[in-house]
Amino acid sequence: MYVAVKGGERAIANAHALLADKRRGDRSVAEIETRQIDEQLSLAVDRVMSEGSLYDREIAALAIKQARGDLIEAIFLARAYRTTLPRFGFAEPLDTKAMALRRRVSATFKDLPGGQVLGPTFDYTHRLIDFMLAESADPPPPATAPADSALAAPRVIDIIAGDDLIEKSPPAEGGAAVADVTRDPTEFPASRDARLQTLARGDEGFLLGLGYSTQRGYGRNHPFVGEIRFGEIEVEMFVAELGFPVPLGSIAVTECQMVNQFKGGADGEPARFTRGYGLVFGQSERKAMSMALVDRALRADELAEERIGPAQDEEFVLSHCDNIQATGFVEHLKLPHYVDFQAELALLRELRREAGAQAPSAEAAE
Amino acid sequence: MTARPYNFAYLDEQTKRMIRRAILKAIAIPGYQVPFASREMPMPYGWGTGGVQVTAAIIGPDDVLKVIDQGADDTTNAVSIRAFFAKTADVATTTDTTQATIIQTRHRVPETPLSGEQILVYQVPIPEPLRFLEPRETETRTMHALAEYGVMHVKLYEDIARHGHIATTYAYPARVADRYIMDPSPIPKFDNPKLDDCPALQLFGAGREKRIYAIPPFTRVVSLDFEDHPFERTKFDAACEFCGATDSFLDEVVIDDRGGRMFVCSDTDYCEKRRAAKTKDVAQ
Amino acid sequence: MTAPLLSVRGLCKRYGAIDACRDISFALEEGEALAIVGESGSGKTTLLNLVAGALQADSGEVVYRMRDGAARALSSLSEAERRALMRTDWGFVHQDASRGLRMNVSAGGNIGERLMAIGDRHYGRIRAAALDWLARVEIAAQRVDDPPSTYSGGMRQRLQIARNLVTGPRLVFMDEPTGGLDVSVQARLLDLLRGLIADMGLAAIIVTHDLAVARLLSHRMLVMKQGEVIESGLTDRVLDDPQAPYTQLLVSSVLAA
Repeated sequence: MYVAVKGGERAIANAHALLADKRRGDRSVAEIETRQIDEQLSLAVDRVMSEGSLYDREIAALAIKQARGDLIEAIFLARAYRTTLPRFGFAEPLDTKAMALRRRVSATFKDLPGGQVLGPTFDYTHRLIDFMLAESADPPPPATAPADSALAAPRVIDIIAGDDLIEKSPPAEGGAAVADVTRDPTEFPASRDARLQTLARGDEGFLLGLGYSTQRGYGRNHPFVGEIRFGEIEVEMFVAELGFPVPLGSIAVTECQMVNQFKGGADGEPARFTRGYGLVFGQSERKAMSMALVDRALRADELAEERIGPAQDEEFVLSHCDNIQATGFVEHLKLPHYVDFQAELALLRELRREAGAQAPSAEAAE
Repeated sequence: MTARPYNFAYLDEQTKRMIRRAILKAIAIPGYQVPFASREMPMPYGWGTGGVQVTAAIIGPDDVLKVIDQGADDTTNAVSIRAFFAKTADVATTTDTTQATIIQTRHRVPETPLSGEQILVYQVPIPEPLRFLEPRETETRTMHALAEYGVMHVKLYEDIARHGHIATTYAYPARVADRYIMDPSPIPKFDNPKLDDCPALQLFGAGREKRIYAIPPFTRVVSLDFEDHPFERTKFDAACEFCGATDSFLDEVVIDDRGGRMFVCSDTDYCEKRRAAKTKDVAQ
Repeated sequence: MTAPLLSVRGLCKRYGAIDACRDISFALEEGEALAIVGESGSGKTTLLNLVAGALQADSGEVVYRMRDGAARALSSLSEAERRALMRTDWGFVHQDASRGLRMNVSAGGNIGERLMAIGDRHYGRIRAAALDWLARVEIAAQRVDDPPSTYSGGMRQRLQIARNLVTGPRLVFMDEPTGGLDVSVQARLLDLLRGLIADMGLAAIIVTHDLAVARLLSHRMLVMKQGEVIESGLTDRVLDDPQAPYTQLLVSSVLAA
């Protein structure tokens, strides 16, 4: 005799217990510490902070542990945590000229003031699995040089702009409020600030694919890496009671300035290079570069370019780049849908019944 | 790090105020989708965050909450959301439709008629009824503003031309207060007539798509159709195996591997009440 | 004497340094068919799009006499009014039929859409109207449930015409309506158009590079060159007795039929 299904609550509790057990895994293996994740899997922490829109290495590392290494699940945890935090102000815009550089490269000039500072990068490694790493890794300390506070490393963008060869960033309208995509729903067409915010927290894989597509002809814009710089930068907040900005601390960011296809020559304006911009927390170069490629592609309408690729379609890109929204909706398909399925079944059976009723009469007519 | 207590019903008061403003606007313009700044909630987008935010914004300590999914109180999603409010709001919860002041639902309208003391909160995945015909938000907003709904009837026309029937069986579009066309969420079309002239306030929350809309009490809601192909409720060939109901939406359950089937009420509370009444009759 | 149906005054449009249309003025009476003729680059398609409101003019105005008799400047219409006009009182036949049709909706749905947009709610009557129009544009009735993606080029064009005329518009814009079709298909289509324009008393503005099309369909014509109207008048007069040197060149370069 069939009995209606009960016990959903108990099943869920059991599932949670099983999850916690699997997360810990084999008890004879040492439990992973959040400090280890922060130090030794720091690029994962960087990504969770960027897409979680929250600069907090501890929280990001804990989220990764709680998510058993599933980074999108960890980003979700960071975002949900962020929702609970009160906002007590806005920082001053970051001055990336004043960045304490750890890495700084440019593809547009062979050499430039400040030099090509390679920093810690995978770029030139041979991708051979290092079996020595399976044991303990104790690399020798790297070479150091005294910090040269007089080292001038002007931004490449400013160098090119000095000759008026690249478009200037449009000046902010006096008094206009900066968009906040975490507070207000995005409307289309989106302002550039809303667009950049959405891209900054957008899924790295999705934006990587879109950026790649532009290089392969789906809206090519002839990009050059003007500069990638990674390092620490101070965050300041203007305090009204004091009348001056107060430093809150430093964060590490990666900035990518793309120099793209030049435009102009008509309307009296001289031809200039155009730009794409990417900015992320931590050392996430792939994401910063992809963001810059897509930023530039999305300016198609503004620059009167023909839209031939999905990377140039603002509604398409901005509506689908948020991996928390995406995974929620994709994974929701696992939820019960049997009522709607029942409705479809009923109609399909009806249509088949009607078709069956007609067929015999068609045969009879022959 | 120390654990931090959450505000009543999780959302902070500013957020609740923002959501209530959106709700009021939605009630003032029946069927119109009001954009709102959806927050990231502790459950994924697509799993009821819109409904949860609406409920969180309107629930008070004296409310009694019922949560159903596919008509049942005991499905995993309903259990999870009910537990969320029990934990963050410490409100009374119930499975009895008549006892609830707020009912949050996914994909069904309760069989028991609602009263003016109740609010029905629907979880909505895709709020835009025109979305599958027109993917662009900029275009669909213009179509709503100009009441350009011809393309919806083209879709229905095509169904009839191809199948002899309108082929939409759930999320069946309806016109609210003779103005806006809305998607009533993926409730089976069987439930559409319940939306019309309902004494309860009906609120619709789409978290991922960031829209709230509403049907005020006693509002006219008409499902789209043609004069010569009028809207028809789904009919079942069976009665509920448990309570004998012939007027409720039935779930089909597979009972063996030889294709054996059984039909039972989707609304578990409705079914239980009917069974209890029958047992009482028999006992008397 | 009633005011003209459409009055165009001083219409101008520049693209950078190029004048696509320079100070164009003309009037169109009810039931009158006007051809705009010129080579590619003459500005004729730009002019058509300006008058139909598909492009914004830099200066000048277009005034249309609505069904209620009021003369309205197009620029003064709200978006709602403009769309309503496009759906009921006006038609636009594109050179490429796929731009003017829903390629994956059945022929019946394509024709019925305008009716449904203005509130028709009876499936049987909408379908009957679609079938009636299919007959009028000489498409077999069995094709009513097929989408235009399965139609030939000539059939698509005829379907596009039916879709535009079902609401009985007073003014139809046509952009090279027979362009890209082979000669015999063209002839049949032109014959159909001529009949419909006469039967329905349509006013029409027809852009074409083909003088034979102008001769067959229009009462009056404008000849355009590099953004300007260099000659205008009754079609027969302009073609039989061209005054401007450029028109003479155009006419003489047409191969005798």
